[in-house]
Amino acid sequence: MQPMTEPAAPPPPLLDVRDLRKHYPVRGGLFATQQATVKAVDGVSLRVRPGETLGLVGESGCGKSTLGRTIPRLEDPTAGEVYFAGRNLAEARGRELFALRRQIQIIFQDPYASLNPRMTVGEIVREPLAVHRRGRRADQQRRVAELLELVGLSADVSDRYPHEFSGGQRQRVGIARALTLEPKLIIADEPVSALDVSVQSQVLNLLVELQERLGLTYLFISHDLSVVEYLSDTIAVMYLGKIMEIGPARAVFEAPAHPYTRALIEAIPEPDPRRRVRHAPVRGETPSPINPPSGCVFHTRCPYAVEACRGVVPPLEAVDPARRGQADADDLHRAACIRKDEI
Amino acid sequence: MFQGHSLKTAAGRHVSMTRFGAPMPRRDPPLPLLEVQDLEVAFATDAGPLRAVDGVSFAVDRNRTLGLVGESGCGKSVSALAVLRLIPNPPGRITAGRVLWKERDLLRLPARQLPAIRGAEIAMIFQDPMTSLNPVFTIEQQLGEVLRIRFGQGRRQARARAREMLATVGIADPDRRLQNYPHELSGGMKQRIMIAMALLAEPDLLIADEPTTALDVTIQAQILALIRELQQRTGMAMVLITHDLGVVAGVCDEVAVMYAGRIVEHAPSAAIFENSQHPYTRGLLASIPRKGRRKESRLATIEGVVPSLLEPPPGCRFAERCPRRRELPEADQRRCRQVDPELLPVAGTPNAAACHYPCSGERR
Repeated sequence: MQPMTEPAAPPPPLLDVRDLRKHYPVRGGLFATQQATVKAVDGVSLRVRPGETLGLVGESGCGKSTLGRTIPRLEDPTAGEVYFAGRNLAEARGRELFALRRQIQIIFQDPYASLNPRMTVGEIVREPLAVHRRGRRADQQRRVAELLELVGLSADVSDRYPHEFSGGQRQRVGIARALTLEPKLIIADEPVSALDVSVQSQVLNLLVELQERLGLTYLFISHDLSVVEYLSDTIAVMYLGKIMEIGPARAVFEAPAHPYTRALIEAIPEPDPRRRVRHAPVRGETPSPINPPSGCVFHTRCPYAVEACRGVVPPLEAVDPARRGQADADDLHRAACIRKDEI
Repeated sequence: MFQGHSLKTAAGRHVSMTRFGAPMPRRDPPLPLLEVQDLEVAFATDAGPLRAVDGVSFAVDRNRTLGLVGESGCGKSVSALAVLRLIPNPPGRITAGRVLWKERDLLRLPARQLPAIRGAEIAMIFQDPMTSLNPVFTIEQQLGEVLRIRFGQGRRQARARAREMLATVGIADPDRRLQNYPHELSGGMKQRIMIAMALLAEPDLLIADEPTTALDVTIQAQILALIRELQQRTGMAMVLITHDLGVVAGVCDEVAVMYAGRIVEHAPSAAIFENSQHPYTRGLLASIPRKGRRKESRLATIEGVVPSLLEPPPGCRFAERCPRRRELPEADQRRCRQVDPELLPVAGTPNAAACHYPCSGERR
């Protein structure tokens, strides 16, 4: 039955990644011939609506950072499409790519390695304006002062060098630099992982405040599920280059449908002394991405695996059987597991 | 001054700090296995001596796990290294204190007697296994060396024991792994090898410095479960150094929270998490994003920075950042800034806190 009035259509996604792949050749032997392929990102599709945060979680080697680098074309994709504000970044060239990239900025994990030690903080934050030839020098300097205050530093630190700052302050400088060109999308790759917890919470609060004030959209990449749960509207869980589960944050955390997501959540050490460590939720380690398992890539470690899991690559399907047909809805909770409805 | 292993309860009885779980009346107490008293470690810098550890006392007994927690630079790792006299000198130097191990003071032991204790009676594992595994020897050679030195075992005997231990720590195909070099193994596997190496010596005490920090969560869960299981089997004592309060809750019996070179709170694990007395401990706990927390409510933060250990402030080292101090009358605030608080029991709680105005309860 058709409803009488159509509900207001959700805004089109700002970022729409379709079946993205990034494969790396593995060379070796006498003539450095190609021996194998690492499928670092292997058919990832996701959407992020403007003003929202998509949290991308997974353990080392799952491809989350490669995905974060392939979306703004720091790496060229092997296949797939990346629509940003309606335009395909994967095919953009020259001036168009330059203009699109300005609207996507990255914040990196290590605030010690990502700031040039020979530049003052003011120069670091001003550099994107110079590269993109925005305004005159005096205007640029005014903008730098504004940005430093926006991230909770005072404008008079602009003559100081990165080594004079603590880790948390450096990360604020990194955030100011990312905001210089008024981007729409921020890709944050483990931005708080190197920070102590009390400083981590300051930076997380800052990211939330900036999102509210500036309407930013975040792709937030982290191995830390608690941090991702705190920040994200949507969660995507990756394992060996593929999305295992994706959906609204609350649904994924409260009713995880994929055994891998369950294991990840169960493995978080909770600051609760009544929850003592007893047993590990999954055995073994992530297999090599050079030679991933057949069928479901998680079957080698999955406590629920059955014979069929070895042979069938499970599609990423709606968890709620009533909604299986709605392939395009953004709020769908999906999981790639043939047993998602029985476990 | 807080004596490390002896505390008075609210009822005025002496109890042993090392038996926090089950306080017992004290009659002629046996010494704890390890007791660190008033330890001080300084590092020479261009700006003068930096007191990284400034009067730290703790004790641990068989079957018990003590967590040393705190943020970077608080002195937790330096305290642990000092126990084994592994502080690089220069620039570092242990300037005061005692480390009582089986009734001997390790800090005054002749250096030639140390190897019999390090890696044998007391084993240590570090965050980064690559710093502790030798890249040019196979796993078998490195594990075998432990057994040869500790028990005088021959090659064949050592290999059998090493293979058995690799299986115990969850390494598949141990025969193949014995022939591997460290670079051929994954991070999780190297950390398991480190644990195997530490345990082969059958130590009485294991000091583990951030043993799972570099690992993925599913692997971390495996390693922590393994350490707990082995501890239950062998009864070894453990000091676990970590910044992760979640790991502490899952593993430790009691916890010492460090800040700026001092222990600011020491209590049974449950009392730290459910009724902490020091405002710093409370601040740390409140700043962790816990399960179910969403961005609609902001996380607690601790404003300001840790004071310089070159010239620490005269009073409480946390006073400048302390939200609780700001609510006090002026005279009390002055006390916080000027009088150094000792680590003392807080009445009505099993906690000891270095705070003039602990969060709930009076100091005695």
